[in-house]
Amino acid sequence: MASSGFQADVKALQKHLAARHLIYQHQHNKQMSCPAMAQLLSNTLYYKRFFPYYSFNVLGGLDNEGKGCVFTYDAVGSYEKVGYSSQGSGSTLIMPFLDNQLKSPSPLLLPAQDAVTPLAEAEAIDLVKTVFASASERDIYTGDKLEIVVINADGIRREYMDLRKD
Amino acid sequence: MFRNQYDTDVTTWSPAGRLFQVEYAMEAVKQGSAAIGLRSKTHVVLGCVNKANSELSSHQKKIFEVDDHIGVAIAGLTADGRVLSRYMRNECINYSFTYESPLPVGRLVVQLADKAQVCTQRSWKRPYGVGLLVAGLDESGAHLYYNCPSGNYFEYQAFAIGSRSQAAKTYLERRFENFTDSSRDDLVKDAIMAIRETLQGETLKSAICTIAVVGAGEPFHVLDQGTVQQIIDTFETAAEQEDPATEPDAATGQEAAAEQGTAADHGGSTDEGAAPMDI
Repeated sequence: MASSGFQADVKALQKHLAARHLIYQHQHNKQMSCPAMAQLLSNTLYYKRFFPYYSFNVLGGLDNEGKGCVFTYDAVGSYEKVGYSSQGSGSTLIMPFLDNQLKSPSPLLLPAQDAVTPLAEAEAIDLVKTVFASASERDIYTGDKLEIVVINADGIRREYMDLRKD
Repeated sequence: MFRNQYDTDVTTWSPAGRLFQVEYAMEAVKQGSAAIGLRSKTHVVLGCVNKANSELSSHQKKIFEVDDHIGVAIAGLTADGRVLSRYMRNECINYSFTYESPLPVGRLVVQLADKAQVCTQRSWKRPYGVGLLVAGLDESGAHLYYNCPSGNYFEYQAFAIGSRSQAAKTYLERRFENFTDSSRDDLVKDAIMAIRETLQGETLKSAICTIAVVGAGEPFHVLDQGTVQQIIDTFETAAEQEDPATEPDAATGQEAAAEQGTAADHGGSTDEGAAPMDI
């Protein structure tokens, strides 16, 4: 889960979900699938509808079949499964660029088309790095360092990249 | 255990100063199928005998993971054990959440004991009918505790509870002084051998026992059947070949297995060959 906003709320939210994930594992003897966690996150956020977690989230992971999924949220739990998303500072710069690059099919099209982005892993990581490097140029809050979490069938790996430090 | 006029309520003392209901609860533990635990300086191993109600049913789960660093094996009323495991899991999660560090085993055990004590002093409750072997690792090292229905808890180097546990206890008593410095694999082997003692004649195979390990750098987990069967094979093969009867003479069977253990190419260390039951 990638979160932007008020750090104390972000930390509290992540700890809460981690604890719930552990309970799930004890009860079901398996890891939560991404869609399951997506619903849990939504419920957790809406639970505090009248004193929200000031946290703008993007959830990524694998579903029960091993396919990747991305869910995007607002602060009170409204969520949607998408092919790509960005939240937080700089998202206004990043989102149009992703739209341009990933050519998501319009939701108005029928029959409904899958929102999965047709990128290879290396291409996707490269795109992320490009996107953040660009956002760092113009958004004063974006910069310093980038952490990329890559989730695939082999497991989870992290990559780091330095960004403009001003 | 005898029926008498002071055993109806848990809140009634006997003239001899005993609470019979609590003692009856401890009887329930003795009736459950065996569970054993042993520890070294860096690892703790739990083992239990899988008893199924009938041939048609599956066996009951007696070993529970409580957290990465704590696990518990139960004997007695499995339902009570399940409820207490859920309580322990909750406590660990809450402690981790608040303090960002793992709950020390000693603390958990005291909380459990206090919970059990409450049930010995309320007229509308009954004592938990389950004994728990709590195995865990924290900053102060590896620990094995036994929590009984009375609300008492004790720390052990090695212990066995449940039916026919005395045989396992005797085996452990003979060998426990070596456990502190045992390697992890030797500890697991000793656990399986202790379980074999409680079986008293039945063939030892991985389906009939469950083994779990926790240690430094090794989160609590149950060993899978294949691994357990491999370990059993290293010291059982020879005995089975020599005597297909279910009760081979334990001493000679073990010595023969020990000799053939060193010769056999099972990937076992020489330790296995040099680990006879009778010293």
